[in-house]
Amino acid sequence: MAERSFKAEVEHLRLGSGQTFTGEGILALTKALLENGVGYVGGYQGAPISHLMDVLADAQDLLAELGVRFEANANEAAAAAMLAASVHYPIRGAVTFKGSVGVNVASDALANLASSGVNGGALIIVGEDYGEGSSIMQERTHPFAMKSQFWLLDPRPNLPSIVKAVGDGFELSEASNTPVMLMVRIRSCHVTGSFPTRDNRRPPLTVRAALSNPQSDFARVVLPPMSFAHEQDKIRNRWPAAEAFVTSRHLNEIFGPKEAPVGLVLQGGMYNGVIRALQRLGLADLYGNSRVPLYVLNVTYPLVAPEFLAFCEGKEQVLVIEESQPEFIEQTLSTYLYRARSSVRLRGKDIFPMAGEYTGQVFLDGIGTFLREAAPALLPAVVRAPNEDRPVPPDLGRVVPIRPPGFCTGCPERPIFAAMKLVQRETGKLQISADIGCHLFAALPPFEIGGATMGYGLGPAANAAFDGGGERRPVAIIGDGGFWHNGLSSGFTNMAFNRSDGVAVIVDNYYSAATGGQDVMSSRAANPTKSTGHPITKALRGIGIDWIRQVDRTYDVGHMRDVLREALTTKEPGPKVIVASSECMLNRQRREKPLAQQAIRDGRRVEVPRFGVDEAVCTGDHACMRLSGCPSLGLKRLEDPLRDDPVATIDQTCVGCGNCGEVADAAILCPSFYRADVIHNPTPRETRRAAFRARVIGWLQSRRAARRLNFEVPS
Amino acid sequence: MTLHDSLPAGPADPRLQGIIKIAVLAVGGQGGGVLTGWIEDVARRSGYVAQATSVAGVAQRTGATVYYIEMAPGGSGAPVFALAPAAGDVDIMIAAEMMEAGRAILRGFVTPDRTVLIASTHRALAVSEKTAPGDGIASSEEVMAAANLVARRFVAADFERLAVANGSVISASLFGALAGSGALPFPREAFEAAIRGGGKGVEGSLRAFAAAFDAAGRSAGAGVAAPPAAAAAPEPAVAGPAGLLAAWSALQAEAEALPAPVAELALPGLRKVVDFQDADYGGEYLARLRRVLAVDDPAMGHVLSREAAKYIANAMAYDDVIRVADLKTRPARFDRIRGEMAVTGDRLLQLTEFMHPRAEEIVGMLPAGLGRRVLGNPRWMARIDRWFGHGRRLRSDALPGFLALHLLGGLRFWRRRTLRHAEEQGHLDAWLARALACRDSDYALAVEVLRCRRLIKGYSDTHARGKSKFDRVMQALALVEGRPDAADWARRLREAALADEEGKALDGAVLTIRSFAQTTGAPAEG
Repeated sequence: MAERSFKAEVEHLRLGSGQTFTGEGILALTKALLENGVGYVGGYQGAPISHLMDVLADAQDLLAELGVRFEANANEAAAAAMLAASVHYPIRGAVTFKGSVGVNVASDALANLASSGVNGGALIIVGEDYGEGSSIMQERTHPFAMKSQFWLLDPRPNLPSIVKAVGDGFELSEASNTPVMLMVRIRSCHVTGSFPTRDNRRPPLTVRAALSNPQSDFARVVLPPMSFAHEQDKIRNRWPAAEAFVTSRHLNEIFGPKEAPVGLVLQGGMYNGVIRALQRLGLADLYGNSRVPLYVLNVTYPLVAPEFLAFCEGKEQVLVIEESQPEFIEQTLSTYLYRARSSVRLRGKDIFPMAGEYTGQVFLDGIGTFLREAAPALLPAVVRAPNEDRPVPPDLGRVVPIRPPGFCTGCPERPIFAAMKLVQRETGKLQISADIGCHLFAALPPFEIGGATMGYGLGPAANAAFDGGGERRPVAIIGDGGFWHNGLSSGFTNMAFNRSDGVAVIVDNYYSAATGGQDVMSSRAANPTKSTGHPITKALRGIGIDWIRQVDRTYDVGHMRDVLREALTTKEPGPKVIVASSECMLNRQRREKPLAQQAIRDGRRVEVPRFGVDEAVCTGDHACMRLSGCPSLGLKRLEDPLRDDPVATIDQTCVGCGNCGEVADAAILCPSFYRADVIHNPTPRETRRAAFRARVIGWLQSRRAARRLNFEVPS
Repeated sequence: MTLHDSLPAGPADPRLQGIIKIAVLAVGGQGGGVLTGWIEDVARRSGYVAQATSVAGVAQRTGATVYYIEMAPGGSGAPVFALAPAAGDVDIMIAAEMMEAGRAILRGFVTPDRTVLIASTHRALAVSEKTAPGDGIASSEEVMAAANLVARRFVAADFERLAVANGSVISASLFGALAGSGALPFPREAFEAAIRGGGKGVEGSLRAFAAAFDAAGRSAGAGVAAPPAAAAAPEPAVAGPAGLLAAWSALQAEAEALPAPVAELALPGLRKVVDFQDADYGGEYLARLRRVLAVDDPAMGHVLSREAAKYIANAMAYDDVIRVADLKTRPARFDRIRGEMAVTGDRLLQLTEFMHPRAEEIVGMLPAGLGRRVLGNPRWMARIDRWFGHGRRLRSDALPGFLALHLLGGLRFWRRRTLRHAEEQGHLDAWLARALACRDSDYALAVEVLRCRRLIKGYSDTHARGKSKFDRVMQALALVEGRPDAADWARRLREAALADEEGKALDGAVLTIRSFAQTTGAPAEG
């Protein structure tokens, strides 16, 4: 992390016994790792677990004191493979990434890890990016646990529960020789709260010490016939051990009255939403004391049949509250009841929606429906037969525009896509595949560039079918994050090896920007613990790609367009790769804005650029908007009764990146844009020259004004 | 009798009434996280238990984001709070932008039984609103009306402006609005202590907080947001040599004598064309306008002449190189930019203009006859494009750049001879004639034809595209002329032409017209 400091958060990690942590869930989780004697931590950034990585990256001193190794892995597969250290050595290890996409990437290593089994506790912390605010396909991580037979924790979303789950997870892993996945949802990661801290613990065996006494056991290697033994071991030994641990340690929780006709079975992560619905139905108090029995699954895999059947005893109906699909938990619990010849009726997705996030309204409707059918006497009269007479609000669906995330003000990627849009005006529409990262926002208006994304680092591979070429070349777009994550091997060696005729554009903004600005191999900033400064072009040359164009200022839209045109038309065979480099503006501003402000205060000379629009020259055709979409470039309605359409305007958030002027030039739009450079603390010579110019210009202006009618009289 | 009886219904926990649920809908980058932190802090400082969550998601800063806070008076245990706002269950809804207020209403987070809605009335336009060639800006009025209907209390002001005016950001002014609304049971000092506790930009934040605190107090009292006071535009002053001033006064008097609805637009129209060229040109403008007025119908409220006053002025003051150079070198412009860019004290201003004339613009400056010949000669056009047609960055604050623009802007004496002028005059006369030709048979259609002038705007390719859309609308109008709904079709065609850049909507509208014009056979003559 080059441009952001997490020093304040690191201080939280130093809290000890008798103190209280107050802050976000993901930071609490990070602290819990250290309290539980973790020996090594790795992962790959992504919402909502980036914070864990960022904070640990800034906590090198603390980690060194504790003898903990921290690794910012190249991708999720590398992170999961790191857990191999816990296969033989009794060292606790944790890795983190986002689900389900990170788990997809990691699944090869996870499957091997699960087959081998572990000796030290192995914890995989997955930030489940599902529901509102999610930036990925809507899928569950759950089946990965089922197919590979590792255990899945889904704790209640409050800090003490999340922190406890870390300790439970390590112990469960050690007790059953199985890796454990701890799933936290977006809102659990960002939820704030408190928990009493304990002292950090040094791992009993550090990874450094382990290297002095290497261990191996071929029985742990995934090769036949051991692999067959692994499968049997999972079922015969590890599963029962896990069940015994879960039961004896009461990892799952039961709340509410013992005797009741109905009960609710829920994933731990659903707990607060369920309690809120019960509160609204008059069935739970402020502190969550429920009048309906709750069986809270803090462990969602494996499901412990005896525990569940005991909960069902004496009940007529139970409702399973399980977010998203398929409804794995409900299916398994149904099987348990059926095998036990139980008469208890199981409800779930017949009431709740199969797909989509469980929002407050979904909980209220679902639980309300269930209780009205299964136990109406429980409900207050007003809930049983609601007599609502709410005014129907006017439908604003037509009025309110959608607002998906897009490029920031001054983003260096905007001019790349403006150039690409201009090229397509010449060539016609091109076949364009995209990758993962900020550049994917180009798929949205106003650019509408890129028709598919197949995963991180897979942009060029997603065009492989078109590698043979045709009338127009296919274009793949990939970011620098994607390039180093998986793109070099899966994207570019694939292109080079197959003699692709396609074009690839690598958007190099110096960071893994979309995940929060972490450093990558090609980052320009020096990083004390990571090796940076490796140009992408060097890697490309190394795999035999020769047609490479490095563009060092993406804001030069005309040049960018010319390079793209060249790539699309050159006669040279083989892949054509453009590396378009300019620094992420968000990170650049983070670094430079305070420096510039300080310099101005210190009396040093500083130029501050900003763009403006002459509203009398702008005709309100909005052609510039269709090549920009910049948040600082807006519209305003004029007072002039002769004008119909709003004109362009640039607000004070403009950072003077230059895209407006470049686009106006390259696309021959209009002369209404100007760049204003304000010089703070100018040199005396500059001031004298400016005064001379102003005198000459003023004289010319007044000379002309004296010979014409002037309607704009300066004050 | 049944098992049900073992769990009798009971009254809801009265302590639940103590939970305060606050949602914040913002646009990424507005500082929603800071605001959320302050709200949590003020609650905890005041003896409440608080919990916040967010779905900040990806790092980009332009999408809609949600923050959610719940709090309750401290007690014996840890209350169970929800992690997301639920429809119909939000006490305080803070919308950091007008359409986000609309989104909050749309999502059911604002209900008359409980919700205090605090909204900033400013707009951060979504991409879809900005890219329409016409006016695609969503209606804040509709959101205002809905908010007044569904909110228990509606506190609205331009909190963005208040923040910027006080050297801060909107999170501070919204926090002030929250305090000023009185919706939270905490004193003002507790809020200010939270800002001080944050430690960053404290003074600016406190100023913005105070301004918004007062604004919210006023707004909450009224219940309805007061519309911004429309400052009456003062009559623009005019200056110049005595002879020209006398000529101007005569023209002005002539325009003022027109029927009131016409004069209302003829006066600014006259100013525009005289400013563009000279007093004689103003005389031509009024002459054209009088020709329309002569055939107008007072019973129709002079709509035809009114629209003519507007669009003839726009057509006569076309955007040529001379006009752009003239506008860019005026002293008032320099003053305006210095003000906008805060060039005060010893600061200096450097101005860079982005000009990219095409061969067409250069040739447009030639005398009409010569210009036409060059325009018809592709080799000459290519040559001129090579010589002149590339992007230029002119420093209009430095002497070479200023002089170039100053000289170009001084070419008004030459303008009437240019090819561009001849073309514009020809187009104007044809358009006006077209409108007046259908005046007798269909007054409303004549008005709509005048209004189609709106389609012609922009420079170079955009201008050419606008002209082609104008032509296509005119052609399509020929098919419906004579029908009773011809004027309505003209309006629909114009709106379609303004809906998107490529003219897809216009194509659709023209196809529709073709379909019925062919099947029913439009009457050839009115």
